[in-house]
Amino acid sequence: MSLKVKAVGAYTDKFMKYRHLLRELVIKKIKLQYRNSVLGVFWTFLQPLLTMIVLTVVFSNLFGRDSAEVVNYPVYLLTGRLLYEFFTQSTKKAMKSIRGSASIIKKVYVPKYIYPLSVVLSTFVTFLISLSVLVLVIVFFNLTGKDPIPMSPYVAFAAVPIIILFVMCLGIGMLLATLDVFFKDIENLYDVFCMLLFYVTPIVYTIDKLGFSEGSWQAMILRLNPLCGIIDMFRAAVLHSTEFAAYFDPFSLVYSGVFAVAVLLVGTALFYKLQDKFILHI
Amino acid sequence: MKEYAIEVNHVSMLFRLNRERVDSAKEYFIRLVTRKLHYTEFWALKDVSFKVEKGDRVGVMGFNGAGKSTLLKTIAGVLKPTMGSCKVVGTVAPMLELGAGFDPNYSGKENIYLYGTTMGFSRKFIDEKYDEIVAFSELEEFINAPLKSYSSGMKSRLGFAIATAVKPDVLILDEVLSVGDAAFKEKSEQRILDMMDDGVTVLFVSHSTDRVKKLCNKAIILTKGQVVAQGEVNQICDMYTEMVTSK
Repeated sequence: MSLKVKAVGAYTDKFMKYRHLLRELVIKKIKLQYRNSVLGVFWTFLQPLLTMIVLTVVFSNLFGRDSAEVVNYPVYLLTGRLLYEFFTQSTKKAMKSIRGSASIIKKVYVPKYIYPLSVVLSTFVTFLISLSVLVLVIVFFNLTGKDPIPMSPYVAFAAVPIIILFVMCLGIGMLLATLDVFFKDIENLYDVFCMLLFYVTPIVYTIDKLGFSEGSWQAMILRLNPLCGIIDMFRAAVLHSTEFAAYFDPFSLVYSGVFAVAVLLVGTALFYKLQDKFILHI
Repeated sequence: MKEYAIEVNHVSMLFRLNRERVDSAKEYFIRLVTRKLHYTEFWALKDVSFKVEKGDRVGVMGFNGAGKSTLLKTIAGVLKPTMGSCKVVGTVAPMLELGAGFDPNYSGKENIYLYGTTMGFSRKFIDEKYDEIVAFSELEEFINAPLKSYSSGMKSRLGFAIATAVKPDVLILDEVLSVGDAAFKEKSEQRILDMMDDGVTVLFVSHSTDRVKKLCNKAIILTKGQVVAQGEVNQICDMYTEMVTSK
């Protein structure tokens, strides 16, 4: 027992020692992302904004009409896409983080989880910055009075799916980083996976508009995707905060929460089990 | 009772060399199914044990491929031994490769913080030592320029200045004393010698018996991953010279 306490103590000591490095790495990634680019931080706004406009033009007739779920189609799109983008960006970068830091890992002792963690954190900061686009778009629609989105204090609940998503990204990131050390073609596979994920996640569409009856196997499978529940919760808080209780699905909360914690445990366990072998393969 | 700074207990290190490098899942499974996964096992270190007393300066000698670098890496904590264990008391400054962890897009100043924290220093500590590091590296004029515009000499000067900003308990040197031009070389050697005078424990890898004699008071010889001799520096260096001539 005391041995376990000692081991946990050693871990926290190490974390405290290397938290300065974690901070440096997070700042570095954000700084370098915006350095030497004329538009700087506006890139973070431009990309979701342009995608939102294009997708709205293309799909709004198909999915944006006669649906209580979609109060405002551009905002519906944007909420889904922002969360999806954070998920894919953070996990893709975390996957490459150990290989990408090979030159350091081979020469200096550093707790290795610092690398995937710093990547997920820095992407998270970029994601939080990009959320201001969402705020601006909502303000724009509320000012112009076209498809306004009424707000209530329940909007604060939006933090819950974001936290769950962060935990899930970290878990999947650790898992992928470990696998990538041993099998480099995971990177190609994961790119394909992310593309397919875009289509099976209700970002541009709503599940009930796809024509599957509720309870059909297709609808069931689509809802098995934890990202689906997370995005639904986020939309319930942002798009439907005045009637939050009607749109909030407690099952999504439990399911995605359990999934996120489980994947973090599995990812961390695998990472710790194999981290001493990383250096022999990178 | 003697105080030991480094204790190496029965350390063995096994490397599995794939005859062909298998690093894709596809290839791995094909080879697994067709039973074509061949490894060549290679013991880089075999049951290495020794102890270094506090304040000792130990020269590590051996031919290429004798396992010197592997040994230093296990002591520095970069490699985990397959068997056995290393115990090091106090802070270790591994000067195995200076500037590992520099970012070319970052300025010299930013890299001081990045590399410093990679070595486990706190921000506050680097704040305190910042001026000293810049002064020692003689890079005042270029400290805000991106590192990719630095020459390799400038980079290693900066790396050396950061790595030696702290007075460690154990210093691991892999022939890095040749940094920069003649003047800087002298300055950096002086800094290492000052540290040695302060009672820092040193592990020094070298092929040159002259340097080992000059810097160390003890020495060990590694051959094919095993310690074949250890003891007083002059005696061991003579043995090594004999080994070199008889080879």
